[in-house]
Amino acid sequence: MNGAVATEIDIKTEGEFARPNYLSEHTVRSWLLTTDHKRIGILYLFTILMFFTIASIAAALMRIELLYPTGGLMTSETYNKLFTIHGTLMVWFFLIPSIPAVLGNFVLPMMIGARDVAFPKLNLMSWYLFVLGGAFATWSLIRGGVDTGWTFYTPYSTTYANSHVISMAAGVFVAGFSTIVTGINFIVTTHKMRAPGLTWFRLPLFVWSLYATSLIMVLATPVLAITLGLIALERIWGVGIFDPNLGGDPILFQHMFWFYSHPAVYIMILPGMGVISELIACFSRKRIFGYAWVACASMAIAMLGFLVWGHHMFVSSQSVYAGMIFSVLSFLVAVPSGVKVFNWTATLHKSSIHFATPMLYALGFIGLFVIGGLTGLFLATLSVDVHVHDTYFVIAHFHYIMVGGMVTGFMGGLHYWWPKITGRLYPEIWGKLAALATFLGFNLTFFPLFVLGYLGQPRRYHVYPPEFQVFHVLSTAGASILGVGYVMPLIYFIWSAKHGRAAGPNPWRGTGLEWQTSSPPPTHNFKETPVVTGEPYDYSPEKDVDLDLASI
Amino acid sequence: MSISISPASSQEFVAEQFDDFAQQRSAAQLGMWVFLATEVLFFGGLFLGYTVFRSLYPRDFAAASHHTDVLIGGVNTAILLFSSTLMALAVRAAELRNQKQLIWLLLGTSFFGIIFMILKGVEYDKDWTGHLVPVLNFEWYQPNPGHAQIFFWLYFAMTGLHAIHVTVGIFLMLILALLARIGKFTTGHFTPIEIAGLYWHFVDIVWIFLFPLLYLAGHR
Repeated sequence: MNGAVATEIDIKTEGEFARPNYLSEHTVRSWLLTTDHKRIGILYLFTILMFFTIASIAAALMRIELLYPTGGLMTSETYNKLFTIHGTLMVWFFLIPSIPAVLGNFVLPMMIGARDVAFPKLNLMSWYLFVLGGAFATWSLIRGGVDTGWTFYTPYSTTYANSHVISMAAGVFVAGFSTIVTGINFIVTTHKMRAPGLTWFRLPLFVWSLYATSLIMVLATPVLAITLGLIALERIWGVGIFDPNLGGDPILFQHMFWFYSHPAVYIMILPGMGVISELIACFSRKRIFGYAWVACASMAIAMLGFLVWGHHMFVSSQSVYAGMIFSVLSFLVAVPSGVKVFNWTATLHKSSIHFATPMLYALGFIGLFVIGGLTGLFLATLSVDVHVHDTYFVIAHFHYIMVGGMVTGFMGGLHYWWPKITGRLYPEIWGKLAALATFLGFNLTFFPLFVLGYLGQPRRYHVYPPEFQVFHVLSTAGASILGVGYVMPLIYFIWSAKHGRAAGPNPWRGTGLEWQTSSPPPTHNFKETPVVTGEPYDYSPEKDVDLDLASI
Repeated sequence: MSISISPASSQEFVAEQFDDFAQQRSAAQLGMWVFLATEVLFFGGLFLGYTVFRSLYPRDFAAASHHTDVLIGGVNTAILLFSSTLMALAVRAAELRNQKQLIWLLLGTSFFGIIFMILKGVEYDKDWTGHLVPVLNFEWYQPNPGHAQIFFWLYFAMTGLHAIHVTVGIFLMLILALLARIGKFTTGHFTPIEIAGLYWHFVDIVWIFLFPLLYLAGHR
């Protein structure tokens, strides 16, 4: 779209910090009552960082406990509560809102040339719902926590658990509605708010992936909501449809839970894939290979995601024929995922690659996602799954997708759009170091878990045979490096928001509409509504021979 | 809709993020439709539960369903359908900018919603005295009381969730009637009435499914 945007942007701010901008007002009131999608994205950023910190501390305590085969630091009950805190907070209060509610909120309207999302007040309401849900979850933790695991399996959660299941379920229930509201907003915004000339197949791939994600949010989350409602009712009332004493079916809970939670896994990877498409195109100065295929692959993953929940239940007394069908359908997900990976790689071929920090995260993403995705195929294989079900193999697999994929994508995207968000550049050398530390630390933390799982260590136990200790020590060592990799950006981002060099409107010379306005953007994003006349990712290496994005 | 609005007169109530009235209206409509899709899946969990247990225990479900009050249920079905008619007419009144008619139709819609809730309350009272409330006072002298309890558990969960939606709708209509009274929707800005109508019809349609499943399964 570079040069194809009919409305010329005022370039007087080039190389400077644009004022006034969306951050110009400083009162608390201007933040708490804002309907500006950019400010709401920042509110979300601070909120999810808080939950990320709590959940990371829980993980750190678990990793320390696992240093010794006999445990000893804590009781089994405390350990159960720690992995529940870690899972629940990471999934619902960090990963699901991470890219969509922070980066998506910030850039989606700008990417499509809109002044705001379709329903700005609902957007703010979604943040308040999220905070309310977070308050319930925190309340549940303060009163002693939950020990059911993030999956709330019945009949343990409904009958036997002696912990604060209801307040945690209420927290997830309310946070779920915040997700739904965000999903509705994104769908309507993408349909109705696009700038003139911005047809569906001119949309940036990040918008496509957010659209696919939003469909899942809107269609899967309500099923989780009703399921958690049924759990809470059954706990309060003492009976319910999951109660085998009446003739109810605890397995029905698993069906309903995974009907939500498997699609939700794709809420936790599709937005990351969208970010990676943006990064790969920008830092290899090339149009994404097979653009339309990558866009359609997002939609295909979203659709197939609804048809594979049974692969979580291969050993839950599901019929073998159902297992076979779910297995085949799960394999099918590998097709659109493969399309994406191959197309990113093909984009890199004969391109001019700039190894800037966001690109390091993007390349890391591809490698980690390939490992995570391929081990997913192992788990979709019936016979293999019987062996590794509920072992550390599963833990390693989904952390490669969710941390190696989504969190890496989130960090890459945050670095990429940071100059747009704050108007300032982060220190590039520190950025590269952090990207390297997370990549190395991550692999050291989670690769040994594949081996552990293959050797048969079940998940959710804190006592294990002594011959497994070496893998646990490696993993804990890796986790400490990973921790450093997350703390470093926290420090230099805060520093750069005030002291960083002014970025100017378009430090990466990106072609997306979000780069065609000043940094930080004005309240309504654009001085005039842009008109789009060309294809997306209109990069050409010849135009920027002098360009060195890796050392700006 | 066949009514056309002149954009010049309607620009005043277009929110700043929209370019014009048509964009705002179609965004609001799509937003409500997507929300209703969410609602379908929200109720869907309960319908799934009903389907599973009815196919597992068809006889016990029929026997339990026989204890519901098909007369009150039937009357309530008619009442909801009638209130939906009033709602549809209210949308028309807003489009035609007929303020007086709009106010009365909105009040009528919520009035029949309230009648529905009162009858529902009478019915719940009958269920209580008939010892049909799971756990609290459930008594069952036919085979498989557990299965019958599942039926009534679902009956209360489904009609209860529906009743919450009706209550929200009643308050929505009353608020819209108040706003209509100060002339909000008779200047061409009828979108809120239109999307509130979509919600009310949805609540109606949920009942259209609940009635045969819960009341008619045991009556032939």
